[in-house]
Amino acid sequence: MANNNEKRYTTEHEWVLQLDGNTARIGITDFAQEQLGDIVYIESPEIDSQVAAGETMGTIESVKAASDIYSPLTGKVIRINEQLEAEPEVINADPYEAGWLIEIELSKPDELTKLLNEDEYFQFIKEGA
Amino acid sequence: MSKVTALKQTPLFNLYNNYGAKVIDFGGWALPVQFSGIVAEHETVRMHAGLFDVSHMGEILIEGKDAEDFINHLITNDISKVDINQAQYTAMCYPDGGTVDDLIVYKLDQQKFLLVINAANIEKDFNWIKLHKKGYLSIKNISNDVAQLAIQGPKAVTILQKLTDIRVSDIERFHFIQNVNLDGITDVLVSRTGYTGEDGFELYLGVNQAMALWEKLLKIGKKEGLQPCGLGARDTLRLEACLALYGQDLAASITPLEAGIGFTVKTKKSSPFIGEKLLLKQREEGPEKKLVGLEMLDKGVPRHDYPVFNTTEEVIGYITSGTYSPSLKKSIGLALVTTKYAETGTKLKVKIRNKLVDAVTVKKPFYKK
Repeated sequence: MANNNEKRYTTEHEWVLQLDGNTARIGITDFAQEQLGDIVYIESPEIDSQVAAGETMGTIESVKAASDIYSPLTGKVIRINEQLEAEPEVINADPYEAGWLIEIELSKPDELTKLLNEDEYFQFIKEGA
Repeated sequence: MSKVTALKQTPLFNLYNNYGAKVIDFGGWALPVQFSGIVAEHETVRMHAGLFDVSHMGEILIEGKDAEDFINHLITNDISKVDINQAQYTAMCYPDGGTVDDLIVYKLDQQKFLLVINAANIEKDFNWIKLHKKGYLSIKNISNDVAQLAIQGPKAVTILQKLTDIRVSDIERFHFIQNVNLDGITDVLVSRTGYTGEDGFELYLGVNQAMALWEKLLKIGKKEGLQPCGLGARDTLRLEACLALYGQDLAASITPLEAGIGFTVKTKKSSPFIGEKLLLKQREEGPEKKLVGLEMLDKGVPRHDYPVFNTTEEVIGYITSGTYSPSLKKSIGLALVTTKYAETGTKLKVKIRNKLVDAVTVKKPFYKK
């Protein structure tokens, strides 16, 4: 599959950006941060740990509640966004850029094709998510 | 949205949208959890003033020759010590000392009292009160006829003063004035009470005037920074001030003495009240569990029902309410724990998901003006 700069999305409101053939960056969507409200704490997975598509990889605490973050893909965590440790509110301000969560090395790159594209995701939200 | 519109609505529901509200299902009510954001609203109330729609709260009117004696039999506090135009915070208990509800009793007249109760308990309380009815009096549930707005924060006096000739700064805490005219909005009960730990007022009025008052207040309070606020900020504010929330910090399984509102329990009244025997005994012996303030020493937010452990990792209680405190910038919670762990400075642990996170008991309230 060719790389592209388009994000892909899950119905759990995570986004994925493929960085090169084998790595991807993961974050939560603007819709998700809006729903969560003021974010105060992120529990990220450890570097080098394995995450699996559809399974919990961490938790986001907002003032209101704790919410699971599901990994959109299977692979190994190679980087986490350290800025979020001190400034979790960056996710509220900039969920698609500075507020990214982790980067993983994909072990099943084909999973990417199963995720929603932008049009499909926005249609999904419009229909009442 | 279809789900939300099936819920009970306050008289202000149709205005929420104009102010950017995010509406949620709150115990069967469609209520705004936030407008601009919980933290921003919280800070607005602490620094300026916030306006809350709390029309979901219940109101019961008890009137008649025997009203005072009857209410004193129902509640733990002593209403006979209260003057006309004075209000009293109290609990209402089961015979075993567990709490039916916490409420404010307003003495409107010698034989006329307004009980302001929690929204989720309206039916339960009304039935409980009717069940124990004795003497010459009437009991009316007027919850659907009464709207309630709360204006809270250091600027509340200045803002409200613009709408009336009465000197609102002269109203003492837990006192009120009836039949106030707020710039054409008539028959408002203006009460110096609130649920945020800040100075402010609760305004009771007819439902058909509520929208006009809401808009009027926001307009004239703009200069002072008045903002509409939702239930999210109401919860973080009341928790910083350690004001009990029924269903969490108070419940049928928790007595007022355990919950730290022992000041509402007067065991030397002229006649006995429901639950008195048990509460008297509990006061003499000391309750086995107590509500303590916890501050988290490590990351993570304690939430309702999370188990609490001692340092040897035995369960000794649970979190009743918890949140991230916007004023203190740390996570705080109230926990009901075995009394021997209630002393300030006790190291405890809270199980947050699968991790035991360090916490310490601290003095209540977390935040004081």
